[in-house]
Amino acid sequence: MSLILVLTLVLNISLGQVAVPFKEVIKSLLGSHASKDTWEYIITNFRLPKAITSILVGVGLSTSGLLMQTLFRNPLAGPYVLGLSSGSSLGVAFVILGAGVLPIALSDFLVSSYGIILASCLGSFAVLMLVLMISKFLRDTMTILIAGLMFSSFAGAIVSVLTYFSSAEKLQKFTFWSMGSIGNLSWPNIVILAIAVCIGLLLSLFSIKSLDALLLGENYAKSLGLDLKKSRRLIIFATSILAGSITAFAGPIAFIGLAVPHLSKLVFQTSNHRILFGSTLIIGAIIMLLCDTFSQMPGCDFTLPINAITSIVGAPVVIWLLVRKNRLV
Amino acid sequence: MSVHKNILTATNLSIGYQSKSVENTIASNLNLNLQEGTLIALIGENGIGKSTLLRTLSGLQKPLSGSVSLNDKDLKDYNQMDLAQNLSLVLTEKLPPSNLTVFELIALGRQPYTNWIGTLTDDDVAQVMEAIALTQIEHLSDKKYYEISDGQFQNVLVARALAQDTPLIILDEPSTHLDLFHKVSLFKLLKKLAAEANKCIFFSTHDIDLAIQLSDEMIVMTTESVIQDQPCNLISKGVFNTLFKDENITFDSEKGRFMIR
Repeated sequence: MSLILVLTLVLNISLGQVAVPFKEVIKSLLGSHASKDTWEYIITNFRLPKAITSILVGVGLSTSGLLMQTLFRNPLAGPYVLGLSSGSSLGVAFVILGAGVLPIALSDFLVSSYGIILASCLGSFAVLMLVLMISKFLRDTMTILIAGLMFSSFAGAIVSVLTYFSSAEKLQKFTFWSMGSIGNLSWPNIVILAIAVCIGLLLSLFSIKSLDALLLGENYAKSLGLDLKKSRRLIIFATSILAGSITAFAGPIAFIGLAVPHLSKLVFQTSNHRILFGSTLIIGAIIMLLCDTFSQMPGCDFTLPINAITSIVGAPVVIWLLVRKNRLV
Repeated sequence: MSVHKNILTATNLSIGYQSKSVENTIASNLNLNLQEGTLIALIGENGIGKSTLLRTLSGLQKPLSGSVSLNDKDLKDYNQMDLAQNLSLVLTEKLPPSNLTVFELIALGRQPYTNWIGTLTDDDVAQVMEAIALTQIEHLSDKKYYEISDGQFQNVLVARALAQDTPLIILDEPSTHLDLFHKVSLFKLLKKLAAEANKCIFFSTHDIDLAIQLSDEMIVMTTESVIQDQPCNLISKGVFNTLFKDENITFDSEKGRFMIR
């Protein structure tokens, strides 16, 4: 499994719009100088960051999907169900589409990439806070799920209203963001994203035992000594950090969070979260690297939106699973 | 009987639901004593409040007044983890879909004792194997839980509760959906566990005839009263005649079962 991951990683870095000989790729990766400076520049400043972002995104989204599917006892749950991506979209929509009403200096800053990241973080963070607040009052997990969906359609509606009133140019910018992009993160951004994803993964690691207990349902989990409210908050918090930070940096990326946990459940035929956690990490990274490789096939001088690729790959996979197994868990 | 230690004691207990303005009392002034090594059945017609009583005694719901003490300590002073080491449950609810195997499901019963990530120690595995042996489900342990029959699944749930290694096991209507053969073997298993493993096993049921024959004590809930006694005493007191209001159902105390006129 790890071998496949390394292979896909090397494949991902080797392929791109500019053809770089395989030997030179390995050379620049191992730190020695490639024969052409441009090749080395492409590898270390473009393809390597992109590959690392892909891994972080794949790993983070898949893990948050796994947590949500067990917490909500729902095979269709994914990071988007809590309304996090919609919150991010709303934040970004506000700065891109609503920038016109603000003073020029402020709107210039907001529309810069940092402004967008900030807005996206704030958007998903606001939704997270609302969901956590609500989860304190609601005893039933299903109700939290519905509340998340309500937030998400509410945010979606506001985005539509903003879209309706904005200019074509701004609309295009927003649309580009919403298609997702993992190609233009600078090294400092990647470090921030990596820290956020690591925190999220660490929290998920501490949730493994409670996730296993939740396989029996909430009442049994309680009778096994689980502090339901506390572990529920931990799980929601972990998901939010993962999904929120990734959406902030890479845009709303569809399907990975939903499809990858199912893939690893199918491959390993287990519900043991220790196994699922590890396999979801690896499969998530592999799938995301593959999707990214597809999005810029060698010889093409354009890059397809990553969000489209993940759905094009993800949707048939889920349908195939449904047909073959007739039973998703 | 009195040499047995008290496990669960209810004193002047009132059960029911408390909403903001109204207090809906289902039964009040209950005094119950559940002892180790005994199998105790809870009977009463539908809607009389069996589940509420079970929920209150297992700490899922607060009593309206009075107290419940488990091993000489008030139930409300337990934290979730201590409680899990003293009381295990078998519920009627269906499990959410998953790929758990029978062994994994039973091993989850060890959660109150395992470390932060749930590693099973040799001792944990030994306890799980013992629970599997006592319930005689060795042949099922590698199967997925959804591949086995309802009767086998009840045994698995009992084994899970056993693996939790608690002095008290509470079961909510464990014999529902089972045929007569599986009902009898489940009740016999519970009786064996109470006697051999010295557990206090408390279960609600609608199979009154079987409960009369197999349980050590019974708690009978009617609208007027809640009575705890041994089955033969309950028969001689004529308690079962008051169980159902319908005149067409009477209890034949000689045959020890209900007759329909």
